[in-house]
Amino acid sequence: MNRFDFIRPASLAEAVTAAAVPGSVYLAGGTNLLDLMKIGVTRPERVIDISRLPGLDRIEWLPDGGVRIGALVRNADLAYDTRFATTYPAIAEALLSGASAQLRNAATVGGNLLQRTRCAYFQDTASACNRREPGSGCDALHGENRLHAVLGWTEQCIATHPSDFCVPLAALGAVVEIQGVEGRKDIPIENLHSLPDATSARESALLPGDLISGLRLPPEAAAFSENARYVKLRERASYAFAVVSAAAMLDMDGDTIRAARLALGAVAAKPWRAHAAEAALVGQRATREAFEKAATAALADARPSGDNAFKITLANRILVRALTLAHEGTPKVMPALPASPFPEQHIPAPKGDLHVA
Amino acid sequence: MPFSISLTVNGQPNSIALDDPRVTLLDLLRERLHLTGTKKGCDRGQCGACTVLLNGRRINACLTLAASLDGSTVTTIEGLADGTDLHPVQAAFIACDGLQCGYCTPGQIMSAVGLLSEGHAGDDPERVRELMSGNICRCGAYQGITQAVLEAGHVLSQKTVGPNTGLQESGRNAA
Ligand SMILES: Cc1cc2nc3c(=O)[nH]c(=O)nc-3n(C[C@H](O)[C@H](O)[C@H](O)COP(=O)(O)OP(=O)(O)OC[C@H]3O[C@@H](n4cnc5c(N)ncnc54)[C@H](O)[C@@H]3O)c2cc1C
Ligand code: SF4
Repeated sequence: MNRFDFIRPASLAEAVTAAAVPGSVYLAGGTNLLDLMKIGVTRPERVIDISRLPGLDRIEWLPDGGVRIGALVRNADLAYDTRFATTYPAIAEALLSGASAQLRNAATVGGNLLQRTRCAYFQDTASACNRREPGSGCDALHGENRLHAVLGWTEQCIATHPSDFCVPLAALGAVVEIQGVEGRKDIPIENLHSLPDATSARESALLPGDLISGLRLPPEAAAFSENARYVKLRERASYAFAVVSAAAMLDMDGDTIRAARLALGAVAAKPWRAHAAEAALVGQRATREAFEKAATAALADARPSGDNAFKITLANRILVRALTLAHEGTPKVMPALPASPFPEQHIPAPKGDLHVA
Repeated sequence: MPFSISLTVNGQPNSIALDDPRVTLLDLLRERLHLTGTKKGCDRGQCGACTVLLNGRRINACLTLAASLDGSTVTTIEGLADGTDLHPVQAAFIACDGLQCGYCTPGQIMSAVGLLSEGHAGDDPERVRELMSGNICRCGAYQGITQAVLEAGHVLSQKTVGPNTGLQESGRNAA
């Protein structure tokens, strides 16, 4: 890790001013930042510690029926907030499918949104990477790329955004509140992360000094609580990033779909909301055929960026499964542990006192 | 830019001068406070060997910057036992053979203490496994670990009204 100045601002305004100086980064939970600093990928001159800024750790229910979540609310606290989890079950399910219990206790809402890609070449300072070093090239293009993007990529960068949390947030149209040098602004979460274009791999819409102070869910996001799921496919049952994931939410009127919300994770440089697929479901009966049509629409523009054509088929199937499960109804208890390999092997809990020799 | 932080570790208040802000909580515990029970495995949040309770909640000490912790309370494996009386989770790990080489054990035990005070697993082994997944055991002692967590949960819930009360009693600084 390189040497840096450690700065602990007392207020939001102080933090923004301090972070606008080039070479500065914010420190929240530190679970992504410190990791990248240890391997030399992020080499800040100044670390601005916002982890204890006052007023950013609250969940506030808004009079309009929406909710505001402070940027420093811990991932675990949000997922286990009963009212929040009941109103937005797919978000709770996504949060609880991410990382580990320890990491979720430390990780913040803002940090989760701005976590960097897990692309192995991004993390290896000996490799060419346009994200880490603009203009250096992209070693993933002809490298180990089976987990890379199938939507919205260019030859500049084929990385994916790894967050689970962001996927249902994108589906529900969350709005990110930004505090910047020029004052406050709101950005729809769909515009927070940038897709690479023909010449650059810019990661987000944020300007130097911009601090995420919180995010809001609009009132209509609460309409999907009865039929909401997040389905995540991993290479092991727990504590792994998604190969592909999907958030599916339905607002049902009898057996007819009044409104649908869909987004895919781990397929692009941002959480991928599937607008066309949502539109295709409105007014339809909730049948497998309708779900398959929607999934096809969601992936119409998908193309492999390397050795990863399987992810397109997989994403299609995960979307159909997520829709099917959402239609069956939100489970009573989160997480439902769909990927568990041990359903039949419950060890009976021992009874009585400890038998210490 | 030297500065100092105050940190209560296992009930002991400390004022610690930091001459370098790069020190993680893990390195501070092991190298400055000589509490080497907390282990360094991957040093990147991937194995859980460095799990401690920070203000009563389990976290990875390797991904926590000590400089950001002024005024916090930390409980490590050294702070669990009451004299020679083991904490129920420690006793359960021995009783259930929840270890082989032992390197991951302090992290497993601290994670289990955190899990039981969070109270989301009940007596469901499936949920215990899921909520202990942040602790990797290279020897594969998972069967015993899951059993130990369940057994300790039983002992704690019998000892007192609820698991939380029991833990706060034994893990003195856990609150
Ligand atoms: C082993 C491991 C497994 C993981 N598995 C998963 C997983 O399965 N799914 C998943 O979704 N995530 C996973 N994660 C990632 C984890 O969710 C993130 O590390 C975490 O959410 C980051 O939050 P933080 O508060 O610790 O952020 P930090 O590390 O403090 O910050 C991350 C970035 O965001 C910036 N930042 C933080 N807060 C703000 C703010 N308010 N305003 C502006 N900028 C800000 C920082 O400058 C930094 O660049 C995993 C991480 C690890 C280490
Ligand atoms: S895919 Fe993106 S992050 Fe990975 S090496 Fe290429 S430019 Fe870098």
